[in-house]
Amino acid sequence: MTGQAPDPIAIDVGEVLQRSVTSLYSSLVTRPTGRAVRMAIETQLQGAGTLSISLIDFSEVGIIDFSCADEVVAKLLQQYLADDVRDAFFVFRGVREPHHPQVEGALQRQELAAVVEVEPERFTLVGSFSEDEQRVWDHLETEGALDAHAIARIESQAQDARALESLLARGLAFRSPQSGRVHALSRLVAHLM
Amino acid sequence: MLFDARHLRWVDPNGMVALLLGGSIAGEASGTFPHIELPDNQDVLGYLSRMGFHDQAHKVFEFDSLPRRGASRPSDVLLEITAIDTNHDVHEIVDRVQGRAGAILTSKLGYPAASVIPFSVMLSEVCQNIIEHAEGPGWVAAQAYNWAKRLGRFVIVISVMDRGRGFKGSLGGEHSARYGDRWSDSTALEAAFLHGLTRFADPGRGQGLQQIRKQVRKWSGLISLRSGTARISQVPEWDDSPPMIDGMAQLPGAQIGIILPALVQP
Repeated sequence: MTGQAPDPIAIDVGEVLQRSVTSLYSSLVTRPTGRAVRMAIETQLQGAGTLSISLIDFSEVGIIDFSCADEVVAKLLQQYLADDVRDAFFVFRGVREPHHPQVEGALQRQELAAVVEVEPERFTLVGSFSEDEQRVWDHLETEGALDAHAIARIESQAQDARALESLLARGLAFRSPQSGRVHALSRLVAHLM
Repeated sequence: MLFDARHLRWVDPNGMVALLLGGSIAGEASGTFPHIELPDNQDVLGYLSRMGFHDQAHKVFEFDSLPRRGASRPSDVLLEITAIDTNHDVHEIVDRVQGRAGAILTSKLGYPAASVIPFSVMLSEVCQNIIEHAEGPGWVAAQAYNWAKRLGRFVIVISVMDRGRGFKGSLGGEHSARYGDRWSDSTALEAAFLHGLTRFADPGRGQGLQQIRKQVRKWSGLISLRSGTARISQVPEWDDSPPMIDGMAQLPGAQIGIILPALVQP
């Protein structure tokens, strides 16, 4: 991981769908469609810096089925989680209530979690996570960022310390290599919204 | 070979799609299109036309006289019989059904307006099941009915059938060894329907059927899978079908049937 701040990238999935598959399709359905969209997103990410945070926006997508949620959300996360170096972070936007079961189902099936905007400026954890992870993530999301003093307070409780490390390892929070501060992902993409 | 439908008095999506499947299998076995005698009853004939049966039957049967093709007036059909061969077909079905399903789901079934999305997702997943697992052609159809006598409320009937290799054939290579002598149509259906197993090693696969079951249960509906000689069902409180039937007549490929009833107002 480099010492710089993550490169912010905004990706409109509706636009990617029309560009990468066919302008005739308005819904994110079928596995080959999801795969094509994921590969187009990955190509876009290859042009980013070595450290990036991507806002993946589903606002313009009418329907997402389970196969596409698996391809575009779960497999995208899984691919970057498999890397030794945690250098790509993701926030998903526009996952409205009717899309929620598909995204949640795909994440839970692979024991993954993601930061998702479910309503304008309201973010939540979706997928598989522990109560401790939820509690620490909620605290981080409320604060926006944690300095050394706040981190020390969290680390004074063994289960919270483990939860914070897990959130960082799972790409659900970002620790600045320069300042050591831990940032809520939602704040890092706020200027893209 | 003759398919004699002259005395047919009523038919639903399951019957229409099964006729196409039967004709398709007979045609493949004999090398020629089987002959079909269409219903004498004009109401049934008109309904078959509105459901797009004739358009599909032209690819499966031969006729004495050319039946009326397609519907010229606005149709009350939820989803005409549609052949599924490629993912493009699934996109077309999802796009086509959204406009019609919204009105029917809210006005006839009393579902919230947003239910058109899980309904479309359900259709997408059952249709993809044909392409991904059956590796053979199939058809889908859906229609709303007033089951006044049987249930006292409206229902939507969705029928999907394919001429593929069936669940036992699809899962056999990957999972049959684990079951040993117990491997059969019924254990294959249990593996797919209850445990979400697929022939793919990818853990992201197999969730479609599981999520459809969950959604159907949420709407108090009935879902059944028939393949080979067995049928497995998730049965709601308003139906008394057995959850598993074995020893049925051999059905090549697979059939997925879904019945969604109107909400009962408190």
